[in-house]
Amino acid sequence: MPDLGLEVLFKGKNFARLLEGLGVALRISLISVVISIVAGIGVGMLMTWKNPISRAITRCYLEIVRIMPQMVLLFIVFFGTTRVFGWNLSGEISAVIVFSFWGTAEMGDLVRGALISIPQHQYESAYALGLTGIQTYQYVVLPQTVRRLIPLSINLITRMIKTTSLILMIGVVEVLKVAQQIIEANRMSSPNAAFGLYLTVFLLYFLACWPFSLLARYLEKRWR
Amino acid sequence: MRKLRNLANIGLATLLAVSFSAVSAFAEDNVYRTLDEIKESGTINIGVFSDKNPFGYVDENGDYQGYDVYFANRIGEDLGVDIEFVSTEAANRVEYLETGKVDIILANFTVTEERAEKVDFALPYMNVALGVVSPASRVITDLSEIGEDDEVIVISGTTAETYLIENNPEIKLQKYDTYANAKNALENGNAVAWANDNTEVIAYALQNPGYTVGIPSLGSQDTIAPAVSKGNETLLNWINEEIKSLAGEEFFHKDYEETLADTYGLDYEESLVVEGGEPTV
Repeated sequence: MPDLGLEVLFKGKNFARLLEGLGVALRISLISVVISIVAGIGVGMLMTWKNPISRAITRCYLEIVRIMPQMVLLFIVFFGTTRVFGWNLSGEISAVIVFSFWGTAEMGDLVRGALISIPQHQYESAYALGLTGIQTYQYVVLPQTVRRLIPLSINLITRMIKTTSLILMIGVVEVLKVAQQIIEANRMSSPNAAFGLYLTVFLLYFLACWPFSLLARYLEKRWR
Repeated sequence: MRKLRNLANIGLATLLAVSFSAVSAFAEDNVYRTLDEIKESGTINIGVFSDKNPFGYVDENGDYQGYDVYFANRIGEDLGVDIEFVSTEAANRVEYLETGKVDIILANFTVTEERAEKVDFALPYMNVALGVVSPASRVITDLSEIGEDDEVIVISGTTAETYLIENNPEIKLQKYDTYANAKNALENGNAVAWANDNTEVIAYALQNPGYTVGIPSLGSQDTIAPAVSKGNETLLNWINEEIKSLAGEEFFHKDYEETLADTYGLDYEESLVVEGGEPTV
């Protein structure tokens, strides 16, 4: 077996530090995921409205999120708010704000897509049965939408977990940063540690994202 | 329709940018904390590298270590405050000071004119220059020894690359993106020498027998210094006084021996260390 420099993982608290870093990444992404899903459903419903003002606003919002690299958003929120308003947001809070802002827009677009994929006759049949608008959403449209949404939103969730690797740029020490720290601290004694550590980071990201895929598969089967 | 949307996007982006800079124009006074404010709060925020061994890195116990950190610890001790280390990247060091998110940057920060427009540098505590390493079988001690058909390795985007293109355009360069690729190229004999920061080539030659640093100092001598937010005079003056007074105990020599000697050996101590803020070269 080639030398992967894996021994550095067991030096001091290195492995615990990596897990702690993963914890930071997961904490930020999962809080943002929850906010994004809740807010995204609302935004998605707004996007389907025919009202030109709500359309224009949601359209602008979505385009801003699509155009701006997440990195730029992170810098705007972390450094920009300090410059402009004098707020001293911590790196983690800034990251949650950016990830929620991004996730809500993308989730909204997914919800919009799922909503308009429900055929018009379903709405009409519901109204014909005497359901109100809210009831139609609650009993007819949303249950079907959610089912269609699952594979798409799992994709978004895992992307959000992986994109946390950017937040090292605003001083948050997450799993990738810890790995780089360990590699550099052992640059002389274990020059091959980069391979072993990136491999470990790969496995950690996989272990963090895989359960979501399993959950999605389970839900898709169960709700068929 | 698409054109219209593009226009709208451009308009929106401009609007954002304009409103941003308009507001920031007035919010700019006092982003930083004065010396008294720092002392009062009991904590100083110092931006250091967390992955640049041996200047600023985190050891296996999760503690910050290195040449810059050793000095940072002394600053905290002499100010009588706790230190909050902030992990910075090369690309965001200026931004951290411009927003006052850290009080001092001690992250192997080379003094340049361009940076000095945005931040205030204190007195230097280290020298840095370019260096050239070559195989011991054919040591290059002067750039004129490089023949017409010889090539020199550089890493793209480094000061070595810029320097050679500007001052020695006749030398053929072999460019690599990463340290590892450059290292392999030299070891495979693809080129006659490798130009990089002198600290890098010195460390390389020490670890790899058979290679010699023929040119330990090339081009302009640059210095590395602490930096504070533009206009933070009280803190700047305090750091300058601190650096001057530390010369009495040869603080930075001790720092070198504790943190850098393992990597660079003792031979380069005098050429790398700046004591009392006065570069010797």
